[in-house]
Amino acid sequence: MVQKKKIKTTIVSQKQIAEQVYDLWLETRLAKDAHPGQFVAVYPNHESTLLPRPISICEVSEDKRRLRLVYRVAGKGTAEFASYGAEDSLEILGVLGNGFPIDKAKGKRVFLMGGGIGIPPMLELAKRLDCRKQILLGYRDKDLFLQEDLARYGDVYVATEDGSVGTKGNVMDIIKAHGLAADVIMACGPMPMLRAIKKYAGENKIEAYISLEERMACGVGACLGCVCRTTKVDAHSHVHNARICTDGPVFEAGEVDI
Amino acid sequence: MNTQVTIAGVTFKNPVMTASGTFGSGMEYSDFVDLNKLGAVVTKGVANVPWEGNPTPRVAEVYGGMLNAIGLQNPGIDVFIKRDVPFLQKYDTKIIVNVCGKTVEDYLDVVERLGDQPVDMLEINVSCPNVKEGAIAFGQKPDSLYDITSQIKKKARQPVIMKLSPNVTDIAEMSRAAEAAGADALSMINTITGMKIDIHRKKFVLANKTGGMSGPAIKPVAVRMVYQAAQAVKIPIIGMGGIANAEDAIEFLLAGASAVAVGAMNFVNPYTTVEVVEGIEAYMQRYGMEKVTDLIGAVEG
Repeated sequence: MVQKKKIKTTIVSQKQIAEQVYDLWLETRLAKDAHPGQFVAVYPNHESTLLPRPISICEVSEDKRRLRLVYRVAGKGTAEFASYGAEDSLEILGVLGNGFPIDKAKGKRVFLMGGGIGIPPMLELAKRLDCRKQILLGYRDKDLFLQEDLARYGDVYVATEDGSVGTKGNVMDIIKAHGLAADVIMACGPMPMLRAIKKYAGENKIEAYISLEERMACGVGACLGCVCRTTKVDAHSHVHNARICTDGPVFEAGEVDI
Repeated sequence: MNTQVTIAGVTFKNPVMTASGTFGSGMEYSDFVDLNKLGAVVTKGVANVPWEGNPTPRVAEVYGGMLNAIGLQNPGIDVFIKRDVPFLQKYDTKIIVNVCGKTVEDYLDVVERLGDQPVDMLEINVSCPNVKEGAIAFGQKPDSLYDITSQIKKKARQPVIMKLSPNVTDIAEMSRAAEAAGADALSMINTITGMKIDIHRKKFVLANKTGGMSGPAIKPVAVRMVYQAAQAVKIPIIGMGGIANAEDAIEFLLAGASAVAVGAMNFVNPYTTVEVVEGIEAYMQRYGMEKVTDLIGAVEG
């Protein structure tokens, strides 16, 4: 396993790509070992905001020297990140978590399903998967992001809650509207979406890997802040809890009780 | 330069420890720091059986600190003895096991099981504010603290540290009760009970509603309580609460602590413990000090 590190990184560029959504490229040697579905913890510089913010890895540059993070401003910490530009520095801890099991998709029909700010990790995943990729994206409205990047790696289908673009509804409605089918699902998004995917995968006997999120403190598996309920006794905790930061964030849908 | 401190007959290579619950059993942080450089690793609380802990969200950030309501999730003493103790034994550091329970019998069970284990000290958690039964229920009244301390002392084969809560009216009185019951040392402070409300959702941020506050924002409260306790008792005190660097640690020593523990700041900077060790050495060098023990309780006036 690659050793985790907390290091200073330099911002290469940052721009806003949708309402409250920012696209950040960081120069960092952590990029070398980054795997789709993993995340980094980004530290605000202001001393009142102590804890690092877990942000998924959206993309790794060709030369593996830069990481792309696409995040939504949700509070003081992320608002601070959004205020920075090229040449500014940020401290990050990484790379963290397990990531998506790429091998499980080889040669199969795969749904990559992203909802809202769960869309970013689908990009590096789409780049690395060697299979037939159907990329299902759910947005609130026509304020889309990353769909053009994703279209380079597979067939993109869009749903919007208000029906302004693509299918009206969510990613599950795309499956129905287009009569799509898959052997494996890899997904990241809000909890109601993940619950619907778990149910759909169970009913259709499809392997599904879902990326969970929870409020975190340490990011490295020590504090037990970010646990999720597991269906079986977890091998590390010896109770029905797994650590999202370390045992996840990606879980096989049947392993977790969500 | 001598950085050693001795507490209840146990000699630590330096006065820097980890605060229970913020460092697991050291495994997760061994990626970042050389555990051999620490005075001791104080483990996450362990009970006689596995505990599931509280629902999530379990953590929240507050200004200059954080709230947690983990609820003492732990794998139970059997797994702990098989997995965590052997892991820590590989390192040249002292092992202090934090013990929790719902009833006095639970505590005694764990204490007995640890009797023949290679652990150096026991820290008894009578101050976790996040569980419905046990823990803080034993640590907010002098009589119950006296009672549980004396029962544990009868069974314990290792020196006993009673970890005290700041959520009391008179820390000096609590400290005296533990000392009178035979405690070998005290550690303080555990977290301060707090609350955070999400004004947009009109909901409590933590599933448990309340949580224990830690981090730099609580340090002045902790320094004051260590000072008051040190004035009240003769047994050594391990001080903690918001220590972020060597300067903070030295404040605790001057207030009367014989050792210090780094807690929430491990989450903020995983290298904090070792930076505190190095910073204390640099301070001693700067002031030409021979022994770190000369700092203990040395505040003047």
